[in-house]
Amino acid sequence: MMSEKKLNLIILIFLFLVPLFSILLNNIYITTLFSKIVILSIAGIGLNLILGYGGMVSFGHAAFFGLGGYVTGILAFHFNNYEPIRILFFEFEGTNQLLFIWVFTLILSSILALFIGYFSLRTTGVYFIMITLAFAQMLYYFSISWPTYGGEDGLSLSLRNQIPFLNTMDPITFFYICYVWLIVTIIFVKFILNSPLGISLKASKENVDRVRSVGINPKKVKLISFIISGAITGLAGSLYADLNRFVSPTILSWQMSGEIMILVILGGMFRLYGPILGAFSYIILEQFLGGITENWQFWLGFIILLEVLYAKAGIMSFLIKDKYNEKTSS
Amino acid sequence: MIKKTNILILKFFLVKLEEVLRGKIMMKYIISLIAILGLFINPGFANGHKKIKVGMITTLSGGGSGLGIDVRDGFLLAVKGDKHFEVIIKDDQRKPDIAVQIADKMIQSDKVDVLTGIIWSNLAMAVVPAAVKQGKFYLSPNAGPSKLAGKGCHKNYFNVAWQNDNLHEAAGGYGNTAGYKNSFILAPNYPAGKDALTGYKRFFKGKIEKELYTKLGQKDYAAEIAQIRSSKADSIYFFLPGGMGISFMKQLSQSGINIPVIGPAFSFDQGILKAVGDAALGVKNTSQWSKDLDNKANKKFVQDFQKEYGRLPSLYASQGYDTGKLLISALNTADVKNQDKFRNALKNANFESTRGSFKFDTNQHPIQDIYVREVIKEGKILTNKIISTGLKSRSNAYVKDCPLK
Amino acid sequence: MEFQLLIEQLLNGLQFGTMLFLMSAGLTLVFGVMGLINLAHGSFYMIGAFGAALFAEITGSFFIGLISSFIVAMFAGVITEILVIRKLYKKDHLDQVLATFALILIFSEGIRWLFGAYPLYLNIPSQLNDSISLPLEIIYSKYRLLIIAIGVLIAFFLYILTSKTLLGIRIKAGQNDREMISVLGVNIKTLYTIVFALGAALAGLSGALIGAIQSVEVGMGEPVLILAFVVIIIGGIGSIKGAFVGALLVGVTDTLGRFLLPELFKLFFDNADANLIGSSIASMSIYILMAIVLIFRPSGLFGERSA
Repeated sequence: MMSEKKLNLIILIFLFLVPLFSILLNNIYITTLFSKIVILSIAGIGLNLILGYGGMVSFGHAAFFGLGGYVTGILAFHFNNYEPIRILFFEFEGTNQLLFIWVFTLILSSILALFIGYFSLRTTGVYFIMITLAFAQMLYYFSISWPTYGGEDGLSLSLRNQIPFLNTMDPITFFYICYVWLIVTIIFVKFILNSPLGISLKASKENVDRVRSVGINPKKVKLISFIISGAITGLAGSLYADLNRFVSPTILSWQMSGEIMILVILGGMFRLYGPILGAFSYIILEQFLGGITENWQFWLGFIILLEVLYAKAGIMSFLIKDKYNEKTSS
Repeated sequence: MIKKTNILILKFFLVKLEEVLRGKIMMKYIISLIAILGLFINPGFANGHKKIKVGMITTLSGGGSGLGIDVRDGFLLAVKGDKHFEVIIKDDQRKPDIAVQIADKMIQSDKVDVLTGIIWSNLAMAVVPAAVKQGKFYLSPNAGPSKLAGKGCHKNYFNVAWQNDNLHEAAGGYGNTAGYKNSFILAPNYPAGKDALTGYKRFFKGKIEKELYTKLGQKDYAAEIAQIRSSKADSIYFFLPGGMGISFMKQLSQSGINIPVIGPAFSFDQGILKAVGDAALGVKNTSQWSKDLDNKANKKFVQDFQKEYGRLPSLYASQGYDTGKLLISALNTADVKNQDKFRNALKNANFESTRGSFKFDTNQHPIQDIYVREVIKEGKILTNKIISTGLKSRSNAYVKDCPLK
Repeated sequence: MEFQLLIEQLLNGLQFGTMLFLMSAGLTLVFGVMGLINLAHGSFYMIGAFGAALFAEITGSFFIGLISSFIVAMFAGVITEILVIRKLYKKDHLDQVLATFALILIFSEGIRWLFGAYPLYLNIPSQLNDSISLPLEIIYSKYRLLIIAIGVLIAFFLYILTSKTLLGIRIKAGQNDREMISVLGVNIKTLYTIVFALGAALAGLSGALIGAIQSVEVGMGEPVLILAFVVIIIGGIGSIKGAFVGALLVGVTDTLGRFLLPELFKLFFDNADANLIGSSIASMSIYILMAIVLIFRPSGLFGERSA
């Protein structure tokens, strides 16, 4: 068994080399596929911050993922149609500059997370799971019946949004944009986890009273973490919209929330890189099974079930041995 | 037993993966892993003369998969035995993002010439604009959103089924013929639903008693039916695809309301009729195709389809079949690599359609007759019979917005 | 006429509510007693409907179909509990979510494998297929009245079962103290299997009852599952009474919302806009209801502890 650090390094190097493999094999689609894996990994890492480390099981992260997607889609839509966005008395121009779009996405998903988190964190346990779901479902139904941006039909971006000096339509360039965001996310979350915020977050999961006794408000800690988590997932949604050049209500659905959650659990919670392995195995399995049988969902279910019943703490625990394995297998 | 072997297989893979990741024989394994990846992602290049590679993206799993399966089976029946065709079929799970990713794969990796197969308008909107811009042909065997018929039309986009409004327009036209004065109309609250009711109203001359939008995916129509009961409508028009329509029809017949119902073919087609049951008997529905259409191509299609698959063909199967036959006809006169020639060949639509007369308008959507059918019983099996022609040689309302000539 | 329409809509809400109750009763019991989040509960709803369609087709009798839905779903529940669910009680909620999600995939694809991709036929017998007149000139579907009656009957039966019988006392004891009850010599394994199978059977029955007026197709269970979760959260987890009240609240809110909201918005907007906005808000109404309940009562209406 190897150490977690070594495995993490291998994952990052492997991902970095993906475009090279795809050039060698003359198959650029591999790069596109891995862009999806990287984006879902970012969303998963965002969720894992509160789910794995904070013990807050959000079943509504599609709300942030979808919001990120729609912010991206709507800004580009207005830019392409030369119609300014009007909200009450204010007017904005749309934009197709990714740097702006990302900033907007981060701000708006933070605000949404503040709102959802503020109300949801009054509850705990299963009630928390379901109230986050409720908020996501509201957005989902709203997006379906709101005609301006296509409703159920969704919104097409004719081209990917732009970054100066880069050609984002090139699959390899776009992959590295996502890759850079993955690295930034990892560094940022690692920083958070080692900061006083992260330490009290982890502590509040174990023992709320002890956190309170040292003068920290655990609610505040949880709320801030929730906001950070929502913002990261929102950013992933923005990248996902650009990857597909398309957004639709499906990315706000409860199935999407479930999928992000499954990536996290599949890969292994409490581990920063877990969601990456989770996203990798889920997508590859889907591709692989879909290629051999029409009933691939049956086998996918079967494999996930075996994984839950017999692999104790996600795929990562197969590969490495440390304290978490013993803890969760007890 | 099964469980044990599966665990063993899983363990084997994981042990191997562990070895790989430990770096022992890393390069060797990564290369073979990539080779495997390549294998299932990239099934060979066979680019001889006059070959054509078709990528079919359609719904094969989950709700609504019946439609995709029929389109696929119809298409495969049409090209059966034709050695020029290589068809790659992928399941889009009815999710637009998955459909986009499959399209990317087919274009970037499989390097297909033609894409087809999408059932749902929202998936078509996600895939078609980008695909045709990248120089691929797209032949729609089912969805015909208005955006792609008007300003958004494209020289590489052909619709072999109908423009979305067509069947609803014919229903409105039939409403006039039948002498209805006051219709209660309802559809789900999403773009295709609004288009449907607009289409009905475009041709219906009577009064609209009430226009109702229901939740997409809603299965209980008690509240809506109560409103129908308390209204003064003399006819009902509804567009509720899939399970929604089944639920509505059953509940309407249970409510004891005796107002005549008109619907588009989707809720009364072969695959779905059995589930609706006798509640559908006598309902008038509009369709561009019917099993009993009297022409040679259709007779052969109905017979071959039953022989091949052991069931009656549906509307969707006929659309898939026509798509295949259209491709064959174009391939007979032009090589798909010569795009301009091939496009012209497609435009001529020189094939025998199961619908009888068929040609393309300038926006490359069909000009065709839309029929009114009635649900009848043949022995114990529910099916449809044509009773009149709703609209003759109908094109669509968006031709004038399309710059193509 | 408006008054009759309103009463009819209220009855519709009641009918929808009692159906939701049948679904939620099992879910809330399984959660309350075993602490298990069961996403696959909707699959039993589907299995029940398919079982009913199959046996109704073979025997030609709708009532045999109904009874077999109960038995088939119960049987499926027992097998699932023994093979899979049993191993999940001690795991945390997340593993349960993942495993039962996997079960959804297995059941849905499995059913599609067996029965094909098109919906099945299941319809109610002709003697129920019309309406009866109630006092005050109200006309209402016989079958829907029957659903309300069955729902209320089962609610009563469950109330007796949980509060007056030995099994109920054991279930309650199990809810409060799992260690204790096994010390007392109650075979906890069998108890859990019974509770799970009972929940599955009720879900199956409601699937058949509703499948007969809606459609019997793969994936029919998931939308109802989400609603059932909303119900037990509003009512408070583990409480049969809560599930009953929650189910009726959700049923009535949803039905009346769809009917009244567009009318309400007509006071402010023109006709088409009012329809669109009204139906948009109506489709969100139960989630808004749930959020409001949870904001003011974080453990639901009748929840005792925060689980």
